[in-house]
Amino acid sequence: MQGKLEVGFAPHIHTRESVAKVMWQVFFSLIPAGIAGVYIFGLPALRVILISVFSCVITEALIQKLRHKKITLGDGSAALTGLLLAYNLSPSVPFWIPLAGGLFAIAICKQAFGGLGANIFNPALAARAFLLASWPKQMTDFVRPFTLDAISSATPLAMLKEGKVAALSDMGLSYWDLFLGRRSGCLGEVCILALALGVVYLLWKGYIWPQTPAGFIVTLGALSWVFGAKGYFQGDFLFSILSGGVILGAFFMATDYVTTPLTKKGQLVFGAGCGALAFVIRGFGGYPEGVSYSILIMNAVVPLIDRYVRPRRYGAK
Amino acid sequence: MDAAKFMSLMISMVFINNFILSKFLGLCSFIGVSKETRPAVSMGLAVTFVTTLSSLITWLIYRYLLIPFNITYMRTISFILVIASFVQLVEMVIRKTSPGLYRAFGIYLPLITVNCAVLGVAVLNSEAFFVDGRPVPGSFWMSLAQGFFAGAGYLLAMLLMSGIRERLELQDAPKSLQGVPLAFIVASLMSLAFMGFSGFKF
Amino acid sequence: MKRLIKEFTKGIAIENPTFGLVLGLCPTLAVSTSVVNALGMGAAATFVLLGSNIIISAVRKVIPDQIRIPCYIVIIATFVTIVELIMKAFLPVLNAALGIFVPLIVVNCIVLGRAEAFASKNNIVHSIADALGMGLGFTLALCIIASIREILGAGKFLGFSLIPGFEPAIMLILAPGALLTMGLLIGLVNYWHLRKKSGKPEGSGLASDSQSHKPEGGGLPSDRQSQKEIRRAGCNGCG
Repeated sequence: MQGKLEVGFAPHIHTRESVAKVMWQVFFSLIPAGIAGVYIFGLPALRVILISVFSCVITEALIQKLRHKKITLGDGSAALTGLLLAYNLSPSVPFWIPLAGGLFAIAICKQAFGGLGANIFNPALAARAFLLASWPKQMTDFVRPFTLDAISSATPLAMLKEGKVAALSDMGLSYWDLFLGRRSGCLGEVCILALALGVVYLLWKGYIWPQTPAGFIVTLGALSWVFGAKGYFQGDFLFSILSGGVILGAFFMATDYVTTPLTKKGQLVFGAGCGALAFVIRGFGGYPEGVSYSILIMNAVVPLIDRYVRPRRYGAK
Repeated sequence: MDAAKFMSLMISMVFINNFILSKFLGLCSFIGVSKETRPAVSMGLAVTFVTTLSSLITWLIYRYLLIPFNITYMRTISFILVIASFVQLVEMVIRKTSPGLYRAFGIYLPLITVNCAVLGVAVLNSEAFFVDGRPVPGSFWMSLAQGFFAGAGYLLAMLLMSGIRERLELQDAPKSLQGVPLAFIVASLMSLAFMGFSGFKF
Repeated sequence: MKRLIKEFTKGIAIENPTFGLVLGLCPTLAVSTSVVNALGMGAAATFVLLGSNIIISAVRKVIPDQIRIPCYIVIIATFVTIVELIMKAFLPVLNAALGIFVPLIVVNCIVLGRAEAFASKNNIVHSIADALGMGLGFTLALCIIASIREILGAGKFLGFSLIPGFEPAIMLILAPGALLTMGLLIGLVNYWHLRKKSGKPEGSGLASDSQSHKPEGGGLPSDRQSQKEIRRAGCNGCG
């Protein structure tokens, strides 16, 4: 079974080259966000990115060598996982966090299942959940943007969760600040502008489809608007979209081919589910941000979505 | 028992303290039966039925038999006997009234007796909803609800897991991890994902 | 005598209840957060196993076949109650740590499994050896898992802190960590078996697939047959 045929539910990509092409395209479309992250948070952000990518790539190479399989680093998927994982981390994490995260993401979430196309859960997000569960103190230590000294600062969503502020205006931030990334948070999620550049490119080229992100953002935004504040329809739609990891999650994680539904309708359902869960976790759960967990939980539901949301087959049971 | 408490109990039993992914009750049958969706869902429904009704019966026994006669140390023996008899009864009833259903369940029905989830929730009820030998307010309905939602959480985990495992069958996992080990790893990641519900407050 | 030793040792390695037979998963994962808890649970389970094996073996010719399972359950439940009361009285801290898993020993597949598969078919002396072996194997497995989780997840062993400055991965102490550790350990056991497999035609004790279950290596033929029966009777999911 060393040939190019991949049998299974995953999209039937028959040659390595086209998988590689997509992966690298997504990788490059994420680079502006990385540059923005380094610009906003300084060299520590660069360190996190490099260690994360390195850890993922080395782990994949080692495991493939041990399993006597062809080393497929050229397809860019390990590097992409590394980049996405880094973007989900605070820039001030100690070096062993992206190292451990990369190892977990590739070894457990990807290779243990059989490699590319076989995993059920998004490796970068699963690794982030692992890191958060294992080292909660380090993982929730965020810094203020644009300062050379690492001054601890809470993210906008965390401030909301703690009840210290009621709305965006109380935090001394504007929507423009959120859009440009002038806030504390994970190094790849803050600069919406940079992420948007990548999104536009990928949508234009057709490497990602709008169904999942649309479902995600519309659902989350609508729920936040209707129920998000005291009284109905008083919620801050724009804030809910621009804060936390929504843009990064909806456009780059929830669109991962392997861990999301096959059909467009299924993707809408998937996106809506993610949005709803993210809203519920943000509103009632213990964590300030629910995007990563919402995607992971919906990842588990994907096989069922693929089963029941299908074009009808005539004559089939 | 007000709505908020009810909701909290539901969220707690189904998501935060999911019997399989968090408390490890019912794990044996979970690993064994979750390979295909149909038996998995049947099992989940059967377990829910048994946990709910045995929660009811064991509550009554604890409240009106064990406590008044001061023999609460007989809890384990009486509970497991009740559960074993009840499962036996259910099996007989199903066999008489719906042979098709009986055949569908197959051997899964009798094995619910040794499912840790059933005895587990009964014991949990007796500890959570009784203080110093007296039932707390709403104890009966809370016990019933806890039994039901424990089963519901089990069903949810079974449903998700079977969908995933059916898909994993087609992949090329490392030989030593195929089957049970991978099921555990999937369960681990599911458990990790469900941690997102922790700290829920209404 | 040789047979006694064989019955004793099989429970430790070849037919280890946790890694070989994949039984009694519930307490294994829940209780293995620290080695102290693991030892406590192992001891309690061994006590129950011993007691129930002895009694069941003693009355095996008297119990009618149709109601044997409920009878076993009553006998086992009695010993579990004894353990519960002893622990409540003399070891309250351990009792609190083990929680509901003390009464749950009664539905621990290992205990019922050995009663059905062995004690009901062998004499008392051999049943004692079997119980001790299985109990020891269970305890050993629990301790292995607990050691990994405690050292990597809490930076301690037997409650003593190890390397200072080591930031443990808390997840290992939590539920996902238990499942992950178990999965990787069983995978490791499978790996060893696969490597040895080049000699044997049948995989020995491969804990990989409950549906296409292969008979465990070692043990009497009656054991294998009884394993099948036990799966039919009640513990299908266990292995």
